[in-house]
Amino acid sequence: MTNSAPIKISAKDVAVFYGNNQALHGISMDVYQNEVIAFIGPSGCGKSTFLRCMNRMNDTIEHCRVTGSILLDNQDIHQPELDVVQLRAQVGMVFQKPNPFPKSIYENIAYGPKLHGLAARKADLDDIVESSLRRAGLWNEVKDRLDQPGTGLSGGQQQRLCIARTIAVSPEVILMDEPCSALDPIATLIIEELIDELKQNFTIVMVTHNMQQAARISDRTAFFHLGNLIELGNTNDLFTNPKLKRTEDYITGRYG
Amino acid sequence: MKIITDKSIPHTATLSLVQQKVIASLRHRQRKETWFRRLGYSAVLISLALVAILFANIFSKGLPAFWQSAITLDIYFDPQIIAISAKPERRADELTADYQQRFLAWQTEVGFINFNRLITDSLQKLVPDGTKHKRDLARLVTSGERFALRDMVVAEPSIIGQTRRLNLLTDANIDVWLKGNIDRSLPDEQQQLSANMRDWVDALAANGVIKNRFSLALFMNADSRSSLASAGLAGAFMGSFYMMLVVIFLAVPMAVGAAIYLEEFAPRNKLTDLVEVNINNLAAVPSIVFGLLGASVLIGWFNLPMSAPIVGGLVLSLMTLPTVIIATRSTLKAIPPSIRQAALGLGASKMQSIFHHVLPLAIPGILTGAILGVAQALGETAPLLLIGMKSFVASVPASPLEQASALPVQIYLWQGNELRNFFEARTSAAIIVLLMMMLSLNGVAIWLRRKYQRHW
Amino acid sequence: MSNLSLILVLLLVMALGYQFGLVRSRNVAKSQLNVPMHSRSHHYGMLVALWAALPAFIILLLWLLLAPTVINSMLLSAVPIDVTSLKADELRVMLQRISNLAGNFGVVADAEPWERAAAVHLRQLKANSTIVLSALMAVIVAIGMLVSLYSITPKLKARQQIERVVKVLLILCSAVAVLTTIGIVLSMVGETLKFFSYIPPTEFFFGTSWNPRFSTVGTQQQGSFGLLPLLAGTTLIAGIAMLVAIPLGLMVAVYLAEYASLRFRNIAKPLIEVLAGIPTIVYGFFALVSVGPFLRDLGAALGLNINATSALTAGVVMGIMIIPFISSLSDDILTQVPKAMRDGSLGLGATKSETILKVVLPAALPGIVGAVLLAASRAIGETMIVVLAAGNSPALTANPFEAVSTVTVTIVNQLTGDNDFSSPQSLVAFALGLTLFVITLLLNVMALVIVRKYREQYE
Repeated sequence: MTNSAPIKISAKDVAVFYGNNQALHGISMDVYQNEVIAFIGPSGCGKSTFLRCMNRMNDTIEHCRVTGSILLDNQDIHQPELDVVQLRAQVGMVFQKPNPFPKSIYENIAYGPKLHGLAARKADLDDIVESSLRRAGLWNEVKDRLDQPGTGLSGGQQQRLCIARTIAVSPEVILMDEPCSALDPIATLIIEELIDELKQNFTIVMVTHNMQQAARISDRTAFFHLGNLIELGNTNDLFTNPKLKRTEDYITGRYG
Repeated sequence: MKIITDKSIPHTATLSLVQQKVIASLRHRQRKETWFRRLGYSAVLISLALVAILFANIFSKGLPAFWQSAITLDIYFDPQIIAISAKPERRADELTADYQQRFLAWQTEVGFINFNRLITDSLQKLVPDGTKHKRDLARLVTSGERFALRDMVVAEPSIIGQTRRLNLLTDANIDVWLKGNIDRSLPDEQQQLSANMRDWVDALAANGVIKNRFSLALFMNADSRSSLASAGLAGAFMGSFYMMLVVIFLAVPMAVGAAIYLEEFAPRNKLTDLVEVNINNLAAVPSIVFGLLGASVLIGWFNLPMSAPIVGGLVLSLMTLPTVIIATRSTLKAIPPSIRQAALGLGASKMQSIFHHVLPLAIPGILTGAILGVAQALGETAPLLLIGMKSFVASVPASPLEQASALPVQIYLWQGNELRNFFEARTSAAIIVLLMMMLSLNGVAIWLRRKYQRHW
Repeated sequence: MSNLSLILVLLLVMALGYQFGLVRSRNVAKSQLNVPMHSRSHHYGMLVALWAALPAFIILLLWLLLAPTVINSMLLSAVPIDVTSLKADELRVMLQRISNLAGNFGVVADAEPWERAAAVHLRQLKANSTIVLSALMAVIVAIGMLVSLYSITPKLKARQQIERVVKVLLILCSAVAVLTTIGIVLSMVGETLKFFSYIPPTEFFFGTSWNPRFSTVGTQQQGSFGLLPLLAGTTLIAGIAMLVAIPLGLMVAVYLAEYASLRFRNIAKPLIEVLAGIPTIVYGFFALVSVGPFLRDLGAALGLNINATSALTAGVVMGIMIIPFISSLSDDILTQVPKAMRDGSLGLGATKSETILKVVLPAALPGIVGAVLLAASRAIGETMIVVLAAGNSPALTANPFEAVSTVTVTIVNQLTGDNDFSSPQSLVAFALGLTLFVITLLLNVMALVIVRKYREQYE
């Protein structure tokens, strides 16, 4: 990965408070276009909190306060004139536990495009649904039962459905919050392959508790601990030659 | 930058097709969002306003009825009118029965006295032309007050020959007239009071002889149909009180026992499942059905007396039972099993672990549920009508076996009284009393819950 | 002795028994130091107290239940007239006269000599009954206490025995709830069958006219007992109530669950729930005195002819009463929809209202349907509002501005009038009650099943 790619997201001094508790302490980092960047660290280290800052999902939590600036394509995502709807259409999110809506598979995918008015005709919508499902590698498995509830799929399929649902809105960035933590190894493998393909078109920021996963699929890796960004570097360097003792202790399994 | 606000539309050229579409939809969607949010907010406001309107309406109608016009009279207990023998004293060698007979005879003698004369005599001094309209004069004071005078004589025979300054309730129609609850411009034939009575009353009110005084009658008297102005809530209150006693001592312990068994001991099988469904369903059975049960089983089969608070209490107990069972069960369910295991681990029997450890922790929750159940029972009307509590009772019941009314039933009876001008306010006052009792019960329940609420 | 004093004496006996048991068990323990006592001494105390009082108490209850029947039959066998020739009514009147005479109350017309004699006999019988009962209880108390005292040995499992008794008591408590349901069903079915012996079920269920008349002895004309006008009135009023309550209650729930800050919610929610705690008679009065005239005037201003007491008045006020049922139940249901579902939608860029309307509400729909069904059952069974505000006119109409009558109102009317208890005019109340019970039962069970399934889905 070369750093010549343009900067997609640039965070400066981002701090998050839950009431009086500070969960993140002044995080600054850049995310480049079309890279896969992984956040690792022990539970409660703030990696998910930081991820959720990038599309302002923290807004939904009462008493949560975010300071500092996050620029998406050089524009502050916290500026008051910006509608959060627009931001989230641009920065999609896949969650830890697959959370398909209690609707049919088709409706699950069509939900976003319908909201944003992306398809003028039914045929357009059908196209979006099919291409999203194809890109998520789910089309062949579900094409005959698009009208069945999404909740009836297996865990891995549900998560791919959720990814397809996110792709359907054509975001530029996809945030993934431990997307494989609820899945079995085989399903995990499929999702990892999918992520590898997706990075051609999307910038992907993912949180994982699984270091092997980070090593396998990410271009760069950031290590968080106790609300601080400890180390950020090319994945290969970070895992083979960490600069800091704390990072080394964590990736060699001394704590976490 | 591709995130664009409405102001920066010129940049559109650099936007992807998708984003252009998103932006195009934004204005419309934001408007819908605001509209939906306002809709929810106004639903809350409307509901709150309804609460406010209901209370304001009842209070504005009912509060004035706590004060009632009374006339201040110097009553001369004229020995010529009260011509009776001396009050019998109990002789040492006398049998109880004989003494009672003599006392009854004396009371009968007192009963024949025309106490109205005492009142009209006194009124004549205040109303010079009253002698010409003796019947109107007598109607100024409500008819029940002559019994008050009689009771004074019975309690204190030495009062005969003395003059006492007393506040006597005026007739209900005078109260209506003075409070402006009747249109003063109505023609004579539609007025309840004769023309000269209206003049007297206005004059007496002007010089302060008739005044609005706090109505003790409302609280101290039983219901009355002959003397409407002295109709009070005491009988209904005692009736409700006895019924609540029955509910507290019957329904609450039984419900707690049932909840303990179902939650802690009962095996989980089809039968207990059925019992649970049954209890949930019983909690939603219309209250009037319990009235039918009371009418056919308690009165029809067991021959219990009609209109008695004990029967009402039994019916209300059965009605409250499921509510308290459900509340107690959910309290017991919330107590973590670790407490039970800790006690069992120390060698306590299951019964001991529950009665010594689980139950004490559950008491605040159980009390809350019990109070809410009692409050619900206190306000219930329909089942009581079916077991005969609709009948008019003119005395304060001395025991739960005597005929009685109940507060909500009294409200029902008063709202139906023909003298609407007077009883609309009086009914509202009775509602205020009932609401105050219920609100304070609910307040206690909320206080208990706040004070003892634990999160495990 | 009166029954109350007998119960007081039994309580005293319990206290004494407890004390005796305590002392006795301590003495036993001292005399047999090598054998440890099975239970603690207070367990033995409780056991003695139970054995002393419980059997006697059961005897007392049985006696109270059976004695009146026994005394009556003894009395009747001593009466010098042919009892078998009397009708049930006449027999009841005769017994009432005798018992009035015995209790020194007056009777209508002069009592005949044989009635006086019977009264004296009755008084004697009652006195005897009390004496026998007291003596019997004394003997049983004595036996119970002595046997239990002398059975106290180190091996006696006092605690287990007490716990067994307590458990039986707890089971009895639970049985009351079941017995209540059985009582409701049996008594109403019984009375309804009696009613159907006068009026055929088809005429009741499918009759379109309600006009029961008064029951006077000897009238052949029964009047008409058609259920349909009442059912129509009930449905009309409940429907209006739901039209008021569902939108308001649901929007309140949505706002409080999804939008309101914690502070606002903590204030507004209990205030709205005050509406649920207000007695229905108060709503009835409010409807009669304020809402009815208001609607009538409003109607007049709009050129509509609205009765002050009408289906509309009753329905609107009932709707107000039901708002908190729907809002609280729906609020519970909405908060159970997992946050992940909302996040999924918000993460795609949906606005809050889009998320609520397209994801949260559809997901919560079964639960909300359950809540609405419970509220509807409440509306159908509501009595006092309709008694006061619906106008009590059993006509088959769909016009909400007219006065109607309902099943509940009619139950009250038929049972509080001067009708003979065994006339079809009174018995019909039980047939109506049974109909009401079955309808609400179906609604409740449906609601409970739906809500339970819904809860399991998200657990």
